[in-house]
Amino acid sequence: MDDAYDSSGHAPKHDVMGLPIYFGVFLALIVLTFLTVLVSRYDLGLLNTPIALGIAVVKAALVVLFFMHVIHSSRLTWVVIISSFLWLGVLFVLTLADYLTRGWLLY
Amino acid sequence: MQVLEPMTAIDPTHDHPHHPFLQHHFEDMAQQHEASTLGMWMFLATEILFFGGLFVSYTVYRIMYYPAFSAAAHHQNWMIGATNTAVLIGSSLTMALAVWAAQTNRRKATVLMLILTLILGGVFLGVKTYEYSVHYHEGLFPGQHFTYVDEHNPAVTKGVELFMVFYFSMTGLHALHMIIGAGLLIWMIARAYRGDFGSEYYGPVEVMGLYWHFVDIVWIFLFPLLYLLH
Amino acid sequence: MTSQTYHDVRFIEPAATRNYLNVDYGIFSWLLTRDHKRIGILYLISVTVMFLVGGTFAFLMRLELLTPQGDLFTSDTYNKLFTMHGIVMVFFFLIPSIPATLGNFILPLMLGAKDLAFPRINLLSWYLFIIGATFGIVVIVTGGVDTGWTFYTPFSTQFSNTHVFATTLGAFITGFSSILTGLNFIVTTHRMRAPGLTWMRLPLFVWSIYATSVVLLLATPVLAITLVLLMIERTIGVGIFDPALGGDPVLYQHLFWFYSHPAVYIMVLPGMGVVSDVVAAFTRKKIFGYKFVAFSSLAIAFLGFLVWAHHLFVAGISVYSALVFSFLSMLVAVPSAIKVFNWTATMYKASVSWATPMLYVMGFIGLFTIGGVTGLFVAALGIDVHVHDTYFVVAHFHYIMVGGTVMAYMAGIHYWWPKITGRMYPEWWARLSALLIFVGFNLTFFPQFILGYAGMPRRYHAYAPEFQVLNVLSTAGATILACGYVLPLVYLLWSLGYGRKAGPNPWGAVGLEWTTASPPPKDNFHETPVVTWEAYDYPAFIKAVGEAQNV
Repeated sequence: MDDAYDSSGHAPKHDVMGLPIYFGVFLALIVLTFLTVLVSRYDLGLLNTPIALGIAVVKAALVVLFFMHVIHSSRLTWVVIISSFLWLGVLFVLTLADYLTRGWLLY
Repeated sequence: MQVLEPMTAIDPTHDHPHHPFLQHHFEDMAQQHEASTLGMWMFLATEILFFGGLFVSYTVYRIMYYPAFSAAAHHQNWMIGATNTAVLIGSSLTMALAVWAAQTNRRKATVLMLILTLILGGVFLGVKTYEYSVHYHEGLFPGQHFTYVDEHNPAVTKGVELFMVFYFSMTGLHALHMIIGAGLLIWMIARAYRGDFGSEYYGPVEVMGLYWHFVDIVWIFLFPLLYLLH
Repeated sequence: MTSQTYHDVRFIEPAATRNYLNVDYGIFSWLLTRDHKRIGILYLISVTVMFLVGGTFAFLMRLELLTPQGDLFTSDTYNKLFTMHGIVMVFFFLIPSIPATLGNFILPLMLGAKDLAFPRINLLSWYLFIIGATFGIVVIVTGGVDTGWTFYTPFSTQFSNTHVFATTLGAFITGFSSILTGLNFIVTTHRMRAPGLTWMRLPLFVWSIYATSVVLLLATPVLAITLVLLMIERTIGVGIFDPALGGDPVLYQHLFWFYSHPAVYIMVLPGMGVVSDVVAAFTRKKIFGYKFVAFSSLAIAFLGFLVWAHHLFVAGISVYSALVFSFLSMLVAVPSAIKVFNWTATMYKASVSWATPMLYVMGFIGLFTIGGVTGLFVAALGIDVHVHDTYFVVAHFHYIMVGGTVMAYMAGIHYWWPKITGRMYPEWWARLSALLIFVGFNLTFFPQFILGYAGMPRRYHAYAPEFQVLNVLSTAGATILACGYVLPLVYLLWSLGYGRKAGPNPWGAVGLEWTTASPPPKDNFHETPVVTWEAYDYPAFIKAVGEAQNV
């Protein structure tokens, strides 16, 4: 569970992410921003929300994985990130479960 | 973190000189680094839940007042929002580059990148301030000063006010986090300038980066929800 | 098993040597300390003060309830009494009690660490607590707040004329104290365990503190943002939660209870951890089913997040979601029951030593069981519809909070008192207090089950005359309970100067905290310990460390 680190006191040898990756991710983020604005100009009915949120999730994932170095990080970091979103998901799902079923008729 | 620990150890576990920024309760720099990054991730987990409460409330009311929320989002200036998004993404890039520079012992580049991050963050906040003043003059600030009436659909006014409550609280909370981030950046710039950071010790810059990127991610979600979904 | 890390010299050092108490003198060495042990003591003093404040409100309430008429206080004042009792007890006593006092002091010792991961943040936690508590005290002396500790809207946002804003701000600030403490504990447990101390060798107290910290970390922020929204609504006058202005008061309740239900697990989980360690110490056995007990803490933490809307059964939520929450609320009892079975199985055919901590623990096991089972009653949707907002619910949660958590807190204070202070408390006075508390507690709260079932509503200063006898019994019990709580204050303070001096391991228990001096040196251990024994493994521990020292 613990990352192996040498006891001589040196910081762990994190892979230093290459510059091209940072610039590549930046470019992707800008393109995705452009895309999400473009798509919002068209009325796609019910699809607008999932597409917009989907693009946001992709952008967030890029930031998390590359800018925040999670792609190189320990399993524990992954657990922390996933758990937080899971817990937020619990808040969302169970709260909306109330609101969305209020209109249901008994029997 | 800035006090030079005496090398003459009352503590017999130290039989070698240690890094000046090693805090005495840690065994070595690696443990300190692991602990501080884990600590920041834990803190970000709390922030996810903190903002999350607002997102959930926003969602509930969006379902309840769909036409009003739609109208209000439509009224927002998406061009300003999109520009601000690009600015913030840029500041994330410069922040990531600052971490890279610290990791690769480039002191001047570290300072430069941190300063650029601060400037871009400042631009974002400046634009936001302008936006807020426009909203205020249009009578969109919730509460006593709310005088806005949607010309297409006057019935949605109550819902629009509620939307604006969420708009101001979500972007306001976000802006507060950016202001705190800006303050922390100033501190980091001072430390980087002093030469504190290098490949042996770049934890604080990395942790600063984690915080800054998180604030960026919150905006990545706020932008479509508050500006684009109509 | 090797024992080269331990030297007998450590066990025979005289108590007059430097320890964390005498290494530094002066008020600022305490107020600016980064030592988790001193911070634990700062918390101990603060939460004790708040306990006395909260207890005073309870006593005033019980005085009023001696007679059916509302003759001692007006209804408005009574509203303030139960509100302040709840706020002070929940936010300023129960939530910090075991984690911030015993957790702060003992956790690094149990892990073999020199301190928590972030000592300065630990001190900040205490200051945030003090600031929040100060808000609370100022509110109390300037007129109080009358919304109930739950601050339900729209009364709290639109109609109450009391200090709602200041109180919620105080609770908000204190929330960050909790969050930072939880954060510190989690990082310390992950990253600062001594060599050889694997997860499965950890004391069960650590497992429960860890689970508590996860809850602290993930639940408290939601309360924080909810209070922010409440403060916004109250100051600006918009209708976030006010139905007249388009808001939904039930949304407030969803958000509030998303925190406040896990909060009750924040309150009880550390108590369960104390119980595990005390049972192991006073039966001199490994806890039966260690892995089950360890994982049940995590299960309680997780499941505890899925049940909050059982507080909203009669608030107007959909029947379908109510059914789901009712089912989930039943599930959460299972891991708690697993713990109770494992504790009792540990005691089966064991030679039990009835020292005071063990007496409190026995009280916990019995009373927590009653509280937990009545929790199942109220988890059942059909029953809750009738007993919601009656004294039945009040009795249920007091059985857990007081019969459970406070008893465990007393057990922990007594168990670790020699380690913290280097002194033993007077055993017979302590046993007397435990008895008084047990008798007083049951006399106070058992009648309330009957009262609630018979229909007496909570939060009223007057009641139907036929309820008087049981109310008088309850107040009598509260008086005995109060005496039971005052006695430890007296004899524990007395023991600081006159108690018998304690050695490193007066109970002969297993654990890293018992291998260092009582009180411990500033850096906890003279050398980083190496752990070679399983949890509660008496023979291996004794072999590794040397024969456990007597008092």
